[in-house]
Amino acid sequence: MIALPFRNRPGLLPPAAAGEPWLMTVIAVLCFLACLAAVAASAADRAAHGWARELGREATVQVRPRVGESGATAAARAAETLAGVSGVEEAEALDRKAAEDLLRPWLGDAVLPDLPLPHLVAVRLDPAAPASAPTLSRALAEAGLDATVDDHGLWRGEVERSAAMVTALAAAAFLAVAFAAGAAIAYATRAGLAAARSVIATLSLNGATDDRIAGLFMRRFGLLAAGAGAIGAAAAGLLTAFLRLLGGSEGLTQALPLAWSDLLLLSPCPLVAATVAVFAARFAAMRMLASNGEDG
Amino acid sequence: MPSSPASAAETASAPETVRLSGVGFGYADAPDVLRDVNLTLPRGSFHFLTGPSGAGKSSLLRLLTLTARPRSGRIRLFGADVTGLPRRQVPALRRRMGVVFQDFRLLDHLSAFENVALPLRLAGGREADYAPDVEEMLKWVGLGARLDARPPALSGGEKQRLAIARAVIARPGLIVADEPTGSVDSAMADRLLRLFQSLNRLGATVLIASHDQGLAEHSGARVLRLEDGRLRDEERAAA
Repeated sequence: MIALPFRNRPGLLPPAAAGEPWLMTVIAVLCFLACLAAVAASAADRAAHGWARELGREATVQVRPRVGESGATAAARAAETLAGVSGVEEAEALDRKAAEDLLRPWLGDAVLPDLPLPHLVAVRLDPAAPASAPTLSRALAEAGLDATVDDHGLWRGEVERSAAMVTALAAAAFLAVAFAAGAAIAYATRAGLAAARSVIATLSLNGATDDRIAGLFMRRFGLLAAGAGAIGAAAAGLLTAFLRLLGGSEGLTQALPLAWSDLLLLSPCPLVAATVAVFAARFAAMRMLASNGEDG
Repeated sequence: MPSSPASAAETASAPETVRLSGVGFGYADAPDVLRDVNLTLPRGSFHFLTGPSGAGKSSLLRLLTLTARPRSGRIRLFGADVTGLPRRQVPALRRRMGVVFQDFRLLDHLSAFENVALPLRLAGGREADYAPDVEEMLKWVGLGARLDARPPALSGGEKQRLAIARAVIARPGLIVADEPTGSVDSAMADRLLRLFQSLNRLGATVLIASHDQGLAEHSGARVLRLEDGRLRDEERAAA
C-alpha cells in the first residue's frame, strides 16, 4: 500500500453518474452470457472431439463368405488375420447374437430371427498408430478374404464438421456479446461525456489534453467493466459448478460434458471486459472531444 | 502553416504577448460580432477591456483563450501564430494562461484546495510540492479557512475569489479575466486588483474585461473599448 502524502486526491471526474449502476448491471449480464457461451462451446467441442476420437479408434469389417464356407468361419478367419496387422489392438468376430443386439433397438425382436445379417468383425485400432483402412483391406485380400472395411471416416467427418460449426457458432455468440458490451460502454461514455460537458470544458481550459480527459473515462469505465466482468464470471462459474456437480460423471450430459477445467475459461472475463471497455471509452471519448470543438 | 505553441524562449524574446491583426469573428451563420479587430498587448502590460453588453468582450476573450477560432485575421500569442493551431497543441498553450470566467467554472465535486490546485495537477505537479503555494494563495484571497469547502457551499464572492486563485496559481504569462470583481465588494475588488497588479509586476500580461469603469480608472491601466464589435479607441485611465 502506497502512503499518499497530504490528502487523498479525489478524481477529476464527478462521482459516478446515475446511469452507471445500470450500465454495470448490463455489462455483468452480458459477461455472464459470454461466459456461458464460452463454457458451452468448450463442452460441445469436447463432446464432438471425444466422439470423433472414439470413431477413429474403431473400424468395422463386413465379410462375405466364399462358396462352401460359413459366415462365422469367414468372420473368425478375418478376425485372426486382422489381429496380426500392425496398428490393430484387437479384432473380434461378432456372432449373430451380437449383431442382433446391435440392430434390436432399431428393428425390434419380431423380424430379427428371419433377417439375413451381415458377418461383421469389430476392430479396435491402436490409438497411437492406428492401421489405415487400405492396410486392413490389403491384409484381408492377401488372406483370400472377400471383405469391406469401414473406418467410420464418413461419420467422423460429419462429427468433426459439426464440432467446428458448434465452436464457430459459440465464438460468434461470444463476439456478438462482446460487441454489445462495447456498444453499451460507448453509449454510456457518450452520455457520461455529455453530462460532464462543463467539467470537461473546465479541465480543457486549465490545460488538460484530450488524451488526459479520455484517460479519465477509460479508467472509470475500465474499472466498472472489470467489476461487472468479475460479477458475471462469478455467476457463470457458480452455475457451471452447480451443473457439473448435478451432472455427475458425465459432466452434465454426453452431449455437453462439463469439466472443472471449464471454470478456468472464465478467469480472463474481467480483463477482457475491461479491455473492451477501455477501447470503447477511448473511441467514444476521442470522437466526442474532437466533435465538440475548442471548448473541449 | 500553424506554428507550434510558443516556447519559454519565444516568450522571453517576444515583444508582445498578444497580437490580433484584422480579426473577425462570429457564431455559426450569424453576422460577425467582432470586425477587423487589431490589438497588441505588450509583454508585461496591464489592460482593461470595457464596452457595453453585446459589444463582443466575451467573444474577444474566447479568441484569446483559444475556445473559438476567428473567421478572418491572424492571432499571435507569446510570439507564435496560433490562428490555425492544431487542437493537440492547444493544451500546452492554455497552461501558460490564467483564465477567470464570468461563471467561475469551478468543479463542484472538488474542494477549494483541489480547484485551485487543478492547473498544477494537470501540469503533472506533485501535491507535496504545490500544497504550500495553494494554501498560501487561498489565504491571500481570504479563503484560508475554507480549504476543504466545495463550491456549492461558497458564496458568489468566495467562488469568484476561488476562480481567480485558480487562474493565477501557476504564475501564467497571460491572465485573462472576464468580470473578475463582479461578485465581490469594493474592498475585495481592490484587493483582487492588487493581486493582478502584483502578478503584472512579476511579468504577467493582464487583460481584464469589466463593466466597472471606476475600477478601471482606479487601476491606472490602459483601457480598451469595444463597441459594436470594433475596438474603437485606446486610452489610459485616469489614475
